[in-house]
Amino acid sequence: MSSQWKSILGQLLIHLGLIIVVFIVLFPILWVVSMSLDPRNIDRPTELTLIPPGATLDAYIRVLKQPSPNPVAFHELFINSIIVSVGTILFSIVLAVTAAYAFSRFLFPGRQLGMLFFIFLQMMPAGATLAPLFVILQALKLRTELLGLIIAYASGTLPFAIWNMKGFIDTIPRELEEAALIDGCSPSQTFLRIMMPLALPGLAVTALFGWMSGWTEVILAITFLEDPSKFTLSMVLYGMQGQYSTSTPWSDFAAFSILFTIPPLIVAFFLQRYIVAGLTVGGVKG
Amino acid sequence: MSVTTKPVQSIGLRQALADLPVRLAKARLAYLYIAPAAIVMAIITIGPLLFQIYMAFTDYSVRHLNPKFSPKLIGLDNFIQIATNQTYIENFDFWRILVFDLVWTFTNIVIHVTTGIILALMLNYKGLIARRVYRALYMIPWVMPGLIVAVVWRNMFDTDFGAINQFLSIIARTLHDIGLLSVYEAVKIRWLYQPDPIVNLGGLLVLPLSYFAVLIVNCWLGWPFMMTVATGALQSIPLELYEAARVDGANRWQQFWRITAPLLRPAMVPAIMLSIIWTFNQFNVIYFVSGGGPFGMTEILVTQAFKLVNPQGKYGLASAFNIIVFLILLIITLITNRISRATEAYYV
Repeated sequence: MSSQWKSILGQLLIHLGLIIVVFIVLFPILWVVSMSLDPRNIDRPTELTLIPPGATLDAYIRVLKQPSPNPVAFHELFINSIIVSVGTILFSIVLAVTAAYAFSRFLFPGRQLGMLFFIFLQMMPAGATLAPLFVILQALKLRTELLGLIIAYASGTLPFAIWNMKGFIDTIPRELEEAALIDGCSPSQTFLRIMMPLALPGLAVTALFGWMSGWTEVILAITFLEDPSKFTLSMVLYGMQGQYSTSTPWSDFAAFSILFTIPPLIVAFFLQRYIVAGLTVGGVKG
Repeated sequence: MSVTTKPVQSIGLRQALADLPVRLAKARLAYLYIAPAAIVMAIITIGPLLFQIYMAFTDYSVRHLNPKFSPKLIGLDNFIQIATNQTYIENFDFWRILVFDLVWTFTNIVIHVTTGIILALMLNYKGLIARRVYRALYMIPWVMPGLIVAVVWRNMFDTDFGAINQFLSIIARTLHDIGLLSVYEAVKIRWLYQPDPIVNLGGLLVLPLSYFAVLIVNCWLGWPFMMTVATGALQSIPLELYEAARVDGANRWQQFWRITAPLLRPAMVPAIMLSIIWTFNQFNVIYFVSGGGPFGMTEILVTQAFKLVNPQGKYGLASAFNIIVFLILLIITLITNRISRATEAYYV
């Protein structure tokens, strides 16, 4: 009896702690929701209420119709963002999985150095490589194309993707592959038919990282793209504040922020059940 | 050498020679698998990297973007200028910024990791109700785009109408109403603009109030990643270990330090290594929340380097700055890699 009471008390205490954290997590988000419903277009709600006086969805309608001064609708920007994000995911997964497989399974000269090489490249501040990247993509005739952005973003996600996938593949029993080889699979078939399905959780994590960088990156996109019909959502969102913050249409900015955050949340929600397992196994390196 | 005359060794050598074609064939396949990633990385990052190194030793500035003017090689001048603070930038002190960046990274990582592990342990409580709901909600800071987070928090830290001060005012009023506070006044903390530093150790370690503001923002952003990593690692610890420990009379505290902590370590270290790099170079939070202010006291190395390019246009100096950042991170990573052995292959 007493141990039962103890466990109920434990539950209550833990829930109390967890709910406080939920409050901290949601506080800024509810604040943005409140701002997006406010008809006054002010930069800060004057008091802490979730539904401000005279709440309206006008800001959402304005943003969906024409989010920027350019004659481009929300859904066109949305499609561009999807193309960039999905492209980044595919590109980085294909490159990372093959490299990670080699780092995990083969012993070859330069393996340790090779792995460090990928993380070294992440140490260069991203903003600093802007000018040379501009020149290189210009030379490849990819600078003003979404494909150019995809390649640039994928290279940014590769270090984490390779490290994470390598750790994950480490934990997949090698016997499974050996069995497949004995049964007559070629190394490539083994890789595609045995490894890839087993590495699904690791792939989910890599995918979420690729998605987030493609969806939210601003600086490269603003520097490279010229044609407004190729702009992404994050660029327009960035353009809404920035240097001219005195004239920022705050309700529009808030509404746009909410709309902008929903797709990543949906993606994260669907990938979540894989992600816990993915990072688990990927992290443990005995 | 005398060693090779030993029979055991010569068998080893002959064996090794016989295996060589197989090993080479395997290695060739390995290189083939790594080639695509390496080539893309080479084009996108090595090129810029080499160009960067070149620029660091020149007086490259805005006018050299025009190919008619070629920059002059000036040796180590840029590096000397930085180390001796002769950059003609307001409030510039390289060593203070470096110390601040290290303190910023260290405090962040410690808070992210401890918060992440504590919450992972709480969520791991046996029979916890609504576990999945909490986990889903806690993902939100991680998936929120950094730019939005930074802009929103900057407004929340506003002195007059910011949500933080309003919230503190509500608490103060409640305390006043129940008689715990004699005088009530609306809270007007100047989170981002308070010019007097809270900590000032000889002008080298300077922490203004805005440091705590940006720290709060980055901790809000950073702990869910650590919690996710820790959650995964916790689930892979066999429960039998705890049972055995309990039989041996270990209390909760001992169980944590002798079982949980050592088994969490291998999972946490690679995440921490990457996190150190990301935090050391955390541009968004510093640039968009405090803007490095007040008086450049919350500037970190990357935001300072960015300001050298835009608006200063001093590309050469900025490149030297970036190379310094690179070298510092290289040293930190090599140390952590030595501790964690993260690059070793599974099958050795």
